[in-house]
Order: sequence, then structure tokens, then C-alpha cells
Amino acid sequence: MAIEEASTLTTARSSSKRPAGTLYRGNTGMWSWVLHRITGVAIYFFLLVHVLDTAMIRVSPGAYDAVMSTYKNPIMGLGETALVIAIMFHAFNGLRIILIDFWSKGAKYQRLMFWIVIALWVIGTAGFAPIHLANVFSEGH
Amino acid sequence: MATATLDSPPAPAEAPIPTFTVTMMVRRFDPDVDEEPRWQDFDVEMYPTDRVLDALHKIKWEQDGSLTFRRSCAHGVCGSDAMRINGRNRLACKTLMKDLDITKPIYVEAIKGLPLEKDLVVDMEPFFASYREVQPFLQASSKPEKERIQSASDRARFDDTTKCILCAACTSSCPVFWTDGQYFGPAAIVNAHRFIFDSRDEASSVRLDILNDKEGVWRCRTTFNCSEACPRGIQVTQAIAEVKQAIMFGKR
Repeated sequence: MAIEEASTLTTARSSSKRPAGTLYRGNTGMWSWVLHRITGVAIYFFLLVHVLDTAMIRVSPGAYDAVMSTYKNPIMGLGETALVIAIMFHAFNGLRIILIDFWSKGAKYQRLMFWIVIALWVIGTAGFAPIHLANVFSEGH
Repeated sequence: MATATLDSPPAPAEAPIPTFTVTMMVRRFDPDVDEEPRWQDFDVEMYPTDRVLDALHKIKWEQDGSLTFRRSCAHGVCGSDAMRINGRNRLACKTLMKDLDITKPIYVEAIKGLPLEKDLVVDMEPFFASYREVQPFLQASSKPEKERIQSASDRARFDDTTKCILCAACTSSCPVFWTDGQYFGPAAIVNAHRFIFDSRDEASSVRLDILNDKEGVWRCRTTFNCSEACPRGIQVTQAIAEVKQAIMFGKR
């Protein structure tokens, strides 16, 4: 048994066996990282489109206005709401991560800081979303 | 006396000590037979003071001798029996039955991110390879007559990271390590920290250089899974943050 095990170590026979079991039950730290990654990727794709549509102003102001007017519909309005909510989480949690890395007590207070991030996020969303959605669904400001 | 006592081995007591039946769901894998790992459930009679390791022993000794797992000291010192218990990395010998929800099955599986060998045994070699790479030994040129003197506060500087038992609970709880096996992982950084901040050691700049790498400390995404998984209570993420700062601003 011991000899067999030693030989498997050297041949790395089982390298293709990737254990996929239960979901790892991480805590606030892990889920904040998951959310940070999801919002980060979403914001990245928005930025790609945003660079393109803003660049249209160099093509011609008319083209820019044409693109902008296609954004003025409820679906894009909901998308904008989601975008701002994602950016708010990413921004607040980004500050938390900076504090973890640079503030000597950051790691100690990471959980408290996570709940502060969530509180700021909820407050920010509550302040922004109703006003923005009212604008979107009343057609024009 | 109906309360549980500290007599962990089920000795025949005069007064009956309450027991309960626990369902253990164990993720089995026999490389000779199985293509994929599979879950198998066992019912075992346990005392509240028993540990998950005792349950595994009962299965192995009384129900299925083919169940394979590592354990040596069984008292949380050797670091052999790190496994994923109910979705979290724990030492089986330090996880008491009474601390788990026994109304539901207890899920036990191998730690994640290292090649699975059999049942709960993984190939630890990639883990130890990263450990060796950070040069986890004292490097000093002085040749003192008796000993290298160190003040109490200098000793306290790296006290937390001396506690590591190399069980791999931290490294295999790290989402970065699961997807990027090249990452040094928390345990290697912890053991580098132990010597980087040791006033007697002279090779801290070498270790900081090794860790100032694409696959070094900068891979850390501060998920704190490692700090929560560590059976010795080492503040792993804190240690990694200190190494990051030492690379950027020098040792403090």
C-alpha cells in the first residue's frame, strides 16, 4: 500500500481527476470576492461598449446622437440601473480590499468592513434607483 | 449522570452515555474501479464528544475497511487529516460531532485543488513543492558559540506563523489555488512569512523576491477562506498582507 502510494506520487497518474464535490462554503470574504468579480466583469463589458459609443462623437455628432437615442428605452434604463448598482458595490468593496492590503488592521476588521460596504451599497441604491427608474418610465426628464 | 464526559473512546460506562445515529456521506473514489468520485452514506452510532475522525474510524473498522484517509496523531498536531467537512476545510480530529448539525447527513470529502488519489487522500506533492520553493529554513551566516539571541518582541513578530502544521487546509480552501495550481498558496506564504520576519534570518530579500511574482503574493484576492479554514487559528490573510507590504515598502 505504502509502496503503491509512493509510486503514484512520482508518476502523477491521477492528475486528470479533478474532485468536484459540494460547493465550498466560504464566508463573507469569499462571497464578496465572487460579487466583486461578477460586477467587475460586467463593468468591463460596459466599458467596452461605452468607449465605442463615446468614440462616435469623433465620427460625427449626428452618429453620436443616433446611438444615444437608441439607449432611451426602458430596457436600457433597467440596464443603467443595474450598472450603477454594480459600480457602487465594486467601488465600495474595492476600498475595503485596499484597506485590507494597506491598513495594518484591515484584515482584522474585514468582516465589519464588508457589512459597512453592504450598508453603503443599500443606501446608495435606495437613493439612486427610485429616482432613476421614475425618470426612465416617465419618458424624458 | 447523563451528561457527556470527556471519555472519548467509547468505554463501557456504568451509566449510559447518550449516543445518536449520524449519517456520514463520504465522497469515495477508487482509482481502480471508479471513473468519477461518488457519494456513499454510512450510519454510525456516535457520542457527542466523538470527532469526525472517530466516525471515519468506525466506518473503516466496522463497516467498510476499504475507506481510505490519512491520519497520524489524531490530536490536531500532525496535520494529516485535513478534509472538507460540510463544505468547509477542517481537521477531522478537531471537529466534534456536537458542533455539527447531526439532524442532517455530515458530508466528508477530500480537500479541493490537489489531485485526488483515493477516497479522502490527495496528492500533496504540489503543495509541498510550493512550500520548498520559499526556502522554509533559517539562513544565517553568523556562527555563534551558543545560540542566536533574539528579543522577546522580535520573536513575537512572527509568532503567529510559527504555528503552521502544513495540513493544507488553507491552500486547498483558496479559490485562486483551485483554478491556478501555479499559485504558491497561503501555506507557502505563511511559512515564508515565518522566516522573512525572523530577525535572525538573512535571506528575507531572497524570499520576498520569490514571492514578488505573478504566481506569488499578488495572486491573493483576500477571500479570507484560508484564515477561516486554518485549524491553528493563524491569521493567514493578515500574514499575506504583511508580505505584500514588505515587498512594497520594506520590512517593518
